[in-house]
Amino acid sequence: MSETMSDYKTLTCADVAVGDKLPPLAIDITTSLVVCGALATRDFEPVHHNKAAAVATGLPDVFMNILTSQGLMARYATDWSGPEAVVKSVDLRLGAPNVPGMVMTMTGAVTAVDKTSGLVDVAVVGENNIWGMHMQGSVQLALPQEA
Amino acid sequence: MTAEDQKAFEDEIYAFVGREVCPPTPARDDVNNAMIRQWTEIIGDTNPAYTDAAWAAGSARGKTIAPPAMMYVWGQEGFKVTTGRPADAQADLVNLFNKHGYTGVLGTNVRQEYFREVSPGDNVVMTMTIDNISERKTTGRGPGYFFETLATFTNQHGEKIGTQRFKVLKFIPQEQPATAASEQALKVPTRIASVRGHDNGWWWNAVDDGKVLIQRCKDCQTLRHPPRPMCGHCQSMEWDSIESTLDGEVLSYTCVRYPAVPGYPKDPICAVIGLGEGTNLVANVVGCEYSDVFIGMKVKGKVERVDEKTILPQFYPL
Repeated sequence: MSETMSDYKTLTCADVAVGDKLPPLAIDITTSLVVCGALATRDFEPVHHNKAAAVATGLPDVFMNILTSQGLMARYATDWSGPEAVVKSVDLRLGAPNVPGMVMTMTGAVTAVDKTSGLVDVAVVGENNIWGMHMQGSVQLALPQEA
Repeated sequence: MTAEDQKAFEDEIYAFVGREVCPPTPARDDVNNAMIRQWTEIIGDTNPAYTDAAWAAGSARGKTIAPPAMMYVWGQEGFKVTTGRPADAQADLVNLFNKHGYTGVLGTNVRQEYFREVSPGDNVVMTMTIDNISERKTTGRGPGYFFETLATFTNQHGEKIGTQRFKVLKFIPQEQPATAASEQALKVPTRIASVRGHDNGWWWNAVDDGKVLIQRCKDCQTLRHPPRPMCGHCQSMEWDSIESTLDGEVLSYTCVRYPAVPGYPKDPICAVIGLGEGTNLVANVVGCEYSDVFIGMKVKGKVERVDEKTILPQFYPL
């Protein structure tokens, strides 16, 4: 079912201010998410779908590939901003691996708003409940000036 | 490694800076709805700009776009990497590091910038070079070098759509202590166990049986909590206990946001609960948002298992 225009809202530059918090998002890290995320990003490195290969590198199980983490970070920002926002950059530093059984909670806050250009910087942290920081970085969005 | 050997090795690796990893290579498949749908389903991205053609037609863009974070996906090698990467400058550099003991590998940073969106039917063309290699660094993983690849993406018209910088640490793995392997086993942490001593062990043991008890002086009947040997009212050492009905009221509360402690829920609400019997108890308020809690809120306690090893009274709003 296609939704109508009015079901989707996009924040405008006027709606956001430095310090605004994004609602936290908890993601269950499952084997399905790790393996399917790797395949959806055409990352066929065995460590992302073959447990034996992952264990050989010293980890307990398959682990999330970078492109899935990056996708989740971008999605987290646009879930908040709405669909007319244009993603300008995703910049992330990688920490501890995401392994099935963990829960990664993403949190974010607005760190810069340029009313002239419409560019908004959002700092995002994805922390898993067992090993801590999985990724930390920022997403830059261009928001419409007015609705 | 002598200073000369080190110099020779570094001359060899730094010669890779600026080398092309892949010449401009069009993706084998154009940007397409099938791959976009698969990505959005798995990433959980419901953005209509990617998959809702009817919505997109009426949007500022006028058509659907590919998720920008898919930029690198279009040019991926594919299934053949399960049996090894093709030879290119990056693979040669990695092999050179490996040969000199820098066998560890860790992706540390990825930065993608986007200049232009792409839609189904467009083609993403990727070029990649080895952009820079750091000096030798001492890192937590061991001594190593960071190298960064720079990928540049254009569309079928030669218009630049974005760049990607990917930084990788190649390092000499350090000897791990013998316990490291078992520490790496994935264990869901449990809460810190209650300390059960002579004077309070009985109270926790009752919690394990699903009951919250309140100590009572046998001489003057005064109730007290937390458990202790002597009555503060009449100094009697004789005591028994009654079971609380766990009807209570929030006397004071806070949200423990920092630091996050493994094994505990994120941002737990901790409160001093005034029990109907008259004593106070520190416990978590659950089943509502922090913003819903207020002083004087009526709550009802339940003794519940909160993790594999821990049973606790928790309080719910009425």
